[in-house]
This record gives sequence, structure tokens and C-alpha cells, in this order.
Amino acid sequence: MARRSAVIGIGQTDYRKQLELTLDGLVRWAALEAVEDAGLTLADIDAVVIGKAPDALEGVMMPELSLCDALGAVGKPIHRVHTAGSVGASTAITGATMVESGRYDRVLVVCYEKQSEGNATWALSGGRSGGQGAGGTFAPWIREYIRRSAAPEHIGWMVAVKDRRNAMKNPHAHLHLPDITIEKVQESPMLWDPLHFLESCPSSDGAAAVVIASEEVARNAPRPPAWIVAHAKRTEFGSFPGRDTVRIQAGVDCAAALYKKAGITNPIEQIDCAEIYVPFSWYEPMWLEGHLIMPEGEGWKLTEAGETEIGGRFPVNMSGGVLSSNPIGASGLIRCLEAASQVRGTAGDYQVDGARVALGHAYGGAAQYFAMWIVSSEINPVF
Amino acid sequence: MSTNRPPARDIAIVATSQTPSYRHFDGPEPVMIMRCVNDLLTKTGLERKDLEFTIAGSCDYLSGLPFAFVANIDGVGAWPPVYESHVEMDGAWALFEAWLRLQLGDIDVALVIGSGKSSPGRPREVFPLQTDPYLMAPLGLDPVSLAGIQARCLLDAGLASERDFAEVVSRSRRDALTNPNAQVAVDRTVDALLSEPYFCTPLRRHDLPPISDGAAAVVLAAGDRARELSARPVWIRGMDHRIESHHPGLRDLTTSVSTALAAAGAGLHDGPIDVAELSVTYSPEELVLRSALGLGAGVSVNPSGGPLAGHPVMATGLIRVIEVADRIMAGNAGRGVAHASSGPALQQNLVCVLEGVA
Repeated sequence: MARRSAVIGIGQTDYRKQLELTLDGLVRWAALEAVEDAGLTLADIDAVVIGKAPDALEGVMMPELSLCDALGAVGKPIHRVHTAGSVGASTAITGATMVESGRYDRVLVVCYEKQSEGNATWALSGGRSGGQGAGGTFAPWIREYIRRSAAPEHIGWMVAVKDRRNAMKNPHAHLHLPDITIEKVQESPMLWDPLHFLESCPSSDGAAAVVIASEEVARNAPRPPAWIVAHAKRTEFGSFPGRDTVRIQAGVDCAAALYKKAGITNPIEQIDCAEIYVPFSWYEPMWLEGHLIMPEGEGWKLTEAGETEIGGRFPVNMSGGVLSSNPIGASGLIRCLEAASQVRGTAGDYQVDGARVALGHAYGGAAQYFAMWIVSSEINPVF
Repeated sequence: MSTNRPPARDIAIVATSQTPSYRHFDGPEPVMIMRCVNDLLTKTGLERKDLEFTIAGSCDYLSGLPFAFVANIDGVGAWPPVYESHVEMDGAWALFEAWLRLQLGDIDVALVIGSGKSSPGRPREVFPLQTDPYLMAPLGLDPVSLAGIQARCLLDAGLASERDFAEVVSRSRRDALTNPNAQVAVDRTVDALLSEPYFCTPLRRHDLPPISDGAAAVVLAAGDRARELSARPVWIRGMDHRIESHHPGLRDLTTSVSTALAAAGAGLHDGPIDVAELSVTYSPEELVLRSALGLGAGVSVNPSGGPLAGHPVMATGLIRVIEVADRIMAGNAGRGVAHASSGPALQQNLVCVLEGVA
């Protein structure tokens, strides 16, 4: 029987462009904050897991080798995960697995990206020039979602505004756009129809870290733990004849496996809030449906009714989400740690009142990699 | 620290597969992976849906494409969707994660893959990108030069001679004559090797590994499931890995502290060792590793020829595990050790202890 694990420490850099910091400085900032939050020092850590998106984004090959000193990993195991855009959540799950296996009691999970040191759209186009970038891949699928669901076009604009307004409450967020309005989103340049400039994520620098601990360590931690109730991952091919690129089977399967493990039977009622990987506005309603939170064709109705705002029925991306900060390799871990922060009650100005159960989520590649976890203030939440 | 615990469940390798080590594989990386996976399914009688967890190790930079690893799932098969992950590390680290994952107890069978194609690039230009980007990478310090520095440290400390390096090469490549997967297999005397010119002083060209393409994979299974799938499962008794400082000037290059720590963490010294397969990518490393692992003269080291006979980066470490496991499965060894390495001058090291008796 697997042991239990919990998040006992969280660290985040600011996600603005960090020209004055090395990669070492960036990851160490997040790591030190996380171990301090956990009431530990780097010396107490048993093993380090590091995740990031392609090495080509900064041009450093297998960067765990050069970052191990800054992370206090010398003499210890350091493990490196890479699962495209989902990597932040995958790395968190690997960290949880390492504790649940019984091998380690305190694992430091660190993820980062420093987009200012490279050309992300080049890398996201598979390293070929003249590529379409991530938005170019997703836009046709978003159009197909709009066609199928008959969603009105302002849904995307609403998500863009909501997430940026949430980000005003998050000091770490890259984008602080106090004057954003539906009209400004609508009038911003069209990048990939139907996605306007303000419906797209920024290119950010930043690192995020969590300390994941065993049950015994977590019970003695100085601050409330976020118990990891369940985690799940699924992958499918990025392209094949007949692939449904709107309601993606790997995403459906991943959510179903996650809820089953957690004992969740009615996600929208039993999950209090969610941090979902939404790099382009329309992915909020698409994942609400694609992860079984809303019935097919009705995800946009939850958004339109304002129910995904803080204080709504199912708050999504209270921190401002990927639309406000996107250090790619860290973005999935940020979703996971923001979910943990909510159930620890440490989310500050964007805290959801009484959050007991939260979802952290990331996806990657051609919307083909999924990694999700459920965290709770209770070790065995009853639904 | 809590890193020296026995596994929560007994996990075994029940089948292994590797491609030959090619100087240039005339096709994409997923094809090599697919050959290994199909071979494993045939050997075990399993179907793809029976592989409950898959994890692969590969490196985008070898093929020069960000997200190169995404194409590799074509070789695994990911429809219907699968539960899988990927490490940007040698497949031996994928094995480590799979071994931990199976200890959770909810799943019993995992597929582990390591693959790499070094042939499209020029490794001496690619690998300097592994070094610290601010202080070291601008120097263009490549792995061969770093291995040369390590060799020079050994010579200057009186711990080895150039003849010792040549003896490693002579023995390894002669042993490789019996390895059908070897890329470089040749019977040359130590004196003949020593008569060759220097390539990167004090290293001669034969002290370097070949440039290789290749893939390797294993099926892991837990407890009784392992006994169902194999008449002679090879149990992973312990596994650990450790890293040292990135800066060569902060390390004693004549020893491998991280290898010794990993060996202790893997329980290497809990019993005798019959066979060792070590990631000796440059011949002087064998002397460092033998000493760090405390291997006596009676231990057969790299009977496959080791990486000096074939070095498909990202599969090299997992192949070491396979070479030990195959000998145990065949009844030619009882307990063995496999070693994998990453980074310049043996910066990061993994040790895996395998045993044949249930």
C-alpha cells in the first residue's frame, strides 16, 4: 500500500522578465522559499526533481547538471522530467510518487523556464523556422469547439479579462493589466483566428518549487499541508486519422482516472476550485468539458454566467493562470502549487473561501499530454 | 536523509531488448524503439494494453529538435491513451522512476525505454551545451577534453598509467567480439594500441567511445506477476543515484564520490558480485569506477565490451542493466551491478544491483 504525501512548502519567483538573474539564481529563489515555507533547509532534502520544457528554450542541454549546485543537490539524487507543456504537473507527480514509494520523506520539486533567453515560438514549432507556434496549432481546434458548442465569441474575451483581473491580486503574476476590458481584448490584434493578442499567454521567466513530504513529516510541518489525494497522467498520439482534437480522449481518461482515485463522483460540486492550464482563453470552457466538469457543449455557459470567477460556483485560475504568467516548464507546477495554496488557505487576496478540495492541471504537446492532481486540506476528504 | 531503504515491493526485470549499436541507423528513432517494444511483447506474451506504465529516457539535443521525444511515443503505441512519462536522462533513470512507481502497489507491469541517435550531430560540438552556460560553455569545454583532464589527474596522481587505459580498451573490444550488438569489436594488443598517436593528450582515439545510434527497453514486473512472466526474473535489489558539483575544479577527478554513495544506497556491498557492467565511455573511467565500487580483481567488468564497443547515448546506461540482467537470466551470474552515468567527467552516477534468486 502506497504511503501518502503532501505539499508542505511552496516557493515562487516573480514571473516577469528576469534579465538580472542567472538560471541558477532563478531556481534557487524558488527552492529556498519552498524549503523555508516547509520549515526546512536544503540540507534536509532527500532528493530533487527538476522539470522544464525543451532544453532548446534556453540552449542548455540537461540543465540539471549545471543547476545541481544552486539547488543544494550535490551528493543527492537529482531527477529530470520532460513531458512538454505538461511537465510542471508531471514533475510534481513524479515528486509525489517518490515519496509515496517509501523511498524518500522530503522531495524538492523545482520547475522553471526563462523565455527571455530564447525563442519559444521557434522551439514550439519543433525547432524549424517559419513554424505556426502553439497558437497556430490550437486555433483550428478552438474554432471546431466553437462550431460544435455554438458558443458565442465573447466567451474567449471574458476568460482573458477574468484571468487578468485575478492576476491583479497575485504579486508574482507577469501581466498586471489593470485597465483590461472586453473591448480591449476584442480590439487587440488577431494572432490566430479566433485568438486575439490579449487572449494569449505571455512569454515569462520564472521558477516554482514545492516540497513534497511523507505523512509523518507533513503532520509535523509548521504550516498546514495540502494532502495529495490523487494524481493521474495520460498521453495519446498528437495526430492520427479520426483524432478528436476538441474532446481529447487522453484528457477524458486522465480526469476519469483522477476522480476515481480521489473518490470524486460529481466534480463540479465536490471540487471547490481549479487551476487549469489555459494558455489561450478558449481552453477554459474546452477543459471544463474535456475533463468532465461540465457536460459536453456546456462548458462555456459556466464561464458566461461568471461562475468561474472567484466567488463563483467553480472558480478557475484564481491566480491569473497561464494567461497571466507562462514560464512554460514551470506553468504546470504553478497550477499544482496554486491548487495546494488554496487548500492550505495561503492564497492571500485570491483565496477561495473555505477551499477544501482543489484541482491542479496541465497539458502539453499537441494537447496530447495530461497531468493532474487533486489536493485537499484533509488527508481523506469524504464526498 | 532517508535514501537507503529496501524497496517496498520486489520488482524484477522479466524481459530485455536492445537494438545493435549502429554508427548510423538508417531511419528515425521511433523505429528503433518499436523494434524493442515489439520484441518485448513477443518475449513476454503481453499485449500493449498490459503495459500499465511506460517511461522513456531520451534527449532532444541529440537529434537537434525540441520535443524530439514526442515522436518516440510512435514507437510505444499511444492509442488508446496510455499512462506514461519521460525523463530527459539516460533510460537507466527511467528505470529508477519505474522501479519507484511500481512500489506504490497499484500497478504491476511497466515498460522502460532508453533511446538516442547521436549520428545526426557532432557530439563534440553538442555536449559543451551541457556545461554551465555562463562560465564553462563559452570555453567550449567538450567531454573528450574533460575526460582528458580526468585521465591527466589519474596519471599525475600515480594512480594509473597509459598502459592501464590501453588494457581497458584491449580487453573491452576483444570481449565485444562475442557481443552481436557491438559496434566496435576488435582484438588488438596493448602494445599495438600504445603505438598509436595521441588524439587529445593523454587520450588516444581508441580511449574514446564510438558515435552510436540505438535503443533499449525492458519490462518490469512486481512480485508474483514477475514470476508469472518469467521463469527466471532478475530482481532489482537496490538502486540509487547521486550527483556531484558541476564544476570540475571543485571535484577530485581521481575518485567518484557520487558512485560510491550510490553504491552504498543501492546495497552493493550486501553480497558478492559476479559481473559488473559500467558506463565506461572513456577508458580511464573504468579505473575510477572499479575503485569507487570496490570491485575486486575477480569481478568480470564489461563482458559485453561496454560503451567503448557501442555508445548509443541515453540507452547506454539501460544497456548496462540489460547486459547484467541477461547474464543472470541465462544462469551465468547470480548477482551483478550495473552503472550509468551522466554529465562531464562522471558527474552523475547511478548504481543498480540485480540478483537472480527469488
